[in-house]
Amino acid sequence: MFERKPIILLLLAALAISVGTLVTMVAPFRWINDPQLKIAEVRPYTPLQLEGRDIYIREGCNNCHTQTVRPLLADVERYGDYSKAGEFVYDQPFLWGSRRTGPDLARIGGKYPDAWHYRHMVDPQAMVPRSNMPKYAFLQRPLDTNLTSRKMQALHFPYTSADIAALQGKSELDAMVAYLQKLGSDIQWRKTAQVAVVGDLRNPFQENKSVLSEGKGIYEKECAQCHGADLKGGVGPALANLDKPDAEVFKAVYEGLSAGGMPAFGDTLGKERVWKVVTYLKYQQRH
Amino acid sequence: MSLKEGYADDVVKGFMTWSIIWGLVAVLVGVLISFQLVFPQLNFPPYLTYGRLRPIHTNAAIFGWGIGSFMALFFYITQRLTKTPLWSPGLARFQLYLFNVVIALAAVTLALGMNRSKEYAELEWPVALLVVILWVIFSANIIMTIVRRKEEQLYISLWYILATLVGVAVLYLVNNAVIPVSLFKSYSAYAGANDANVQWWYGHNAVAMVLTTPPLAIFYYFLPKSTGVPIYSHRMGIIAFWSLIFMYLWTGAHHLLWTPVPDWVQTLAMAFSIMLIAPSWAAVFNGYFSMNGQWHQMRDNYLVKFLIFGITFYGLQTLQGPSQAVRTFSAFIHYTDWVPGHVHMGALGWVSLVIFAGFYYLVPRLYGREIYSVTLVNLHFWLAVIGQLIYSISMWVAGVQQAAMLHASNPDGTLHYSFMETFVEMYPYWHARAGAGVIYLISLLVFIYNMVKTVTSGKPTQLTASAASTNA
Ligand code: HEC
Ligand code: HEC
Ligand code: HEM
Ligand code: HEM
Repeated sequence: MFERKPIILLLLAALAISVGTLVTMVAPFRWINDPQLKIAEVRPYTPLQLEGRDIYIREGCNNCHTQTVRPLLADVERYGDYSKAGEFVYDQPFLWGSRRTGPDLARIGGKYPDAWHYRHMVDPQAMVPRSNMPKYAFLQRPLDTNLTSRKMQALHFPYTSADIAALQGKSELDAMVAYLQKLGSDIQWRKTAQVAVVGDLRNPFQENKSVLSEGKGIYEKECAQCHGADLKGGVGPALANLDKPDAEVFKAVYEGLSAGGMPAFGDTLGKERVWKVVTYLKYQQRH
Repeated sequence: MSLKEGYADDVVKGFMTWSIIWGLVAVLVGVLISFQLVFPQLNFPPYLTYGRLRPIHTNAAIFGWGIGSFMALFFYITQRLTKTPLWSPGLARFQLYLFNVVIALAAVTLALGMNRSKEYAELEWPVALLVVILWVIFSANIIMTIVRRKEEQLYISLWYILATLVGVAVLYLVNNAVIPVSLFKSYSAYAGANDANVQWWYGHNAVAMVLTTPPLAIFYYFLPKSTGVPIYSHRMGIIAFWSLIFMYLWTGAHHLLWTPVPDWVQTLAMAFSIMLIAPSWAAVFNGYFSMNGQWHQMRDNYLVKFLIFGITFYGLQTLQGPSQAVRTFSAFIHYTDWVPGHVHMGALGWVSLVIFAGFYYLVPRLYGREIYSVTLVNLHFWLAVIGQLIYSISMWVAGVQQAAMLHASNPDGTLHYSFMETFVEMYPYWHARAGAGVIYLISLLVFIYNMVKTVTSGKPTQLTASAASTNA
């Protein structure tokens, strides 16, 4: 057949590979990023956020972190509402990643207060002792803004010269935190997904000392990073002297105080473990 | 130059030497990043952090070690199969310089953080442009040699070589389309879900055109050369060839299951991935049947051992890959350590074993010296296989365990484990992987030592009467 005709063989090979290419790579250009899939709330990046995104790319954070929440129970419960195509229309390149060495970051925006990110980026192990994330303290250096306007123009993102002037004195870390806080927060998923406690708010473990050590364990793993190992406070307020009814403390932990930066733990810990940590906290106050 | 036939073999030697050097770099960086995952204090910001080193590892491995040795072996194979000297030895020598410049530039720019973030296409546009030039002159040299050939018949290896040349060119050009901002910074020309779809069309076919068709070309050439018996079925090879290159291009979205990429693209990818078992296993059977009556050579002939273990891992890889492309299984293992387990069975067990076989075959013929120590060849073989198996098996177990923990839920619908509770369980496996990397590194050093000793003080060969005259 073509055993004797290398050029024909070459052309036929090119033809063979172009069929699948046309169907699965070229054709989808018509369906993906279709205007119908646009989400009005999703905004382009501001100059500061875009610089943060470029630092994320430069540092290769995508080698450990993904940015897509799949419509699977385990993903949605852990990371938030599943990702929609319309949320990524300003992402050139996309940063979905292929390996979750660390947690997904698609909806990290609004999960923690800024102060948490500043401390965590500088020294992740100080917040999460067994983390293997590298320390990024060097990002505290000044942000280079020479290319910022060119970048905004290249991507056709709106900006004003005041936006650029406002970058004066910002650090790379400021840009990174601004980017992280935007991620996944354009659509209002936190409100709709918020866990509200229903039913009886009586502490089932009141004065039950046997749960104290478990409560302490949960506190050290989940809470100490913000409230301090000694309960004296840090990113969040001191908890050593909580003068509040059990039910109110429970609600704060279960539902979070999202405006103030206290995350909700209802989804990840469940009722029973939240009560245990509340019991532990209240016990500290009483003794 | 080989004096008799006028074959240009100095460039073959050059590419062989440099690909081994870059292979050593790739494995050293691989071992470093696997230690960084267990000892984060081994990150040295800003240049030597895990996030910047991991792309250096993959680029040095795929482009430096993989492509570099394919260039050596393709030059060798093409001249023999066409009975024609290389079209332009001068161009090939220039290509060797350019190759080393590109790989060195890649390592330096990636360490500096110039990175497009798209896997296996990380290089910023000026370096990517050099890659394109490199590929064009390489392709021109091979194609012109084939066009001016003295042997009319094109053996199956040449088919795979030609497919590699066009395939890589198309993939690389499309996925590297950028909007430059400066010499050191650019943005992808595509956005969001579209960019993802283009990237994995590229990414998976980098597996096809770099980690599958070139090793197959090498396998089909060196297996008959090593056993002295022709390949079982040329026809089966041809059918497998066309269906393989046709089907591969449909499967990119199996890296994007459950993402916002349209469902029908994902479903097509899933279906074609499963169909790919057929052409993949046709090559495996072709290899096994060619061994009919020759199985004793597994013991006597170390080249055969490398090649048959290689094709066996290829067979396992092409069963595992399609299973990962099934939505329900992907939901489980995607994003976990299972995938590096898959990757390294292919990279170490298939690609590297076949390249080693090629190099062990070439060195005595190019330098006119017997292999210095067959004992060391066997030591290299077993250390490499053991290192690879520990690596892959520990990662599969790790992946399944983390997946099971991540998906575990309580009766009230809440999750049973926090992310960190699943994460800390990975440390023992990551220690095992780092150990496996050290074993593999030792095997590579044994290989390099044996090669250097062969070239400097091996016994002169008497090869003329050996299998070298086998009909390819
Ligand atoms: C070696 C892998 C690795 C790299 C590289 C890495 N991280 Fe992480 N990251 C982790 C791990 C593991 C965690 C979970 C433990 C923790 O919070 O430190 C994490 C947690 C995080 C979190 C908190 C997520 C949450 O939901 O609690 C953020 C935000 C984050 N990383 C941002 C980044 C950024 C930005 C970069 C790049 C500058 C980066 N990471 C690079 C491994 C990594
Ligand atoms: C990311 C940091 C962070 C983490 C982790 C965190 N908190 Fe908080 N927490 C805060 C902040 C910030 C506030 C203050 C919110 C406000 O005032 O609106 C707060 C407030 C609170 C309050 C209310 C205090 C008061 O005086 O009313 C309680 C109780 C509390 N946290 C308990 C916990 C417990 C228990 C955990 C662990 C399960 C935890 N927090 C984990 C940041 C955090
Ligand atoms: C034995 C030495 C090696 C070690 C210790 C090693 C280690 C690693 C590590 C730690 C990762 C990152 C895994 C993760 O993200 O969790 C990785 C990724 C990778 N390595 Fe290696 N590696 C080695 C050899 C090789 C070789 C020889 C090749 C190719 C020929 C290769 C190709 C790759 C590829 C393609 C990836 C990316 C995988 C993905 O995205 O899932 N490696 N390696
Ligand atoms: C029929 C053949 C194959 C199929 C269908 C297949 C399928 C897959 C799938 C579905 C994934 C994605 C896993 C995930 O992220 O969930 C994957 C990853 C990968 N496979 Fe295979 N595979 C095949 C053969 C091979 C071979 C021969 C190699 C050679 C080394 C290979 C190398 C890789 C690499 C490097 C990745 C990692 C990509 C990344 O995430 O960066 N595969 N494969």
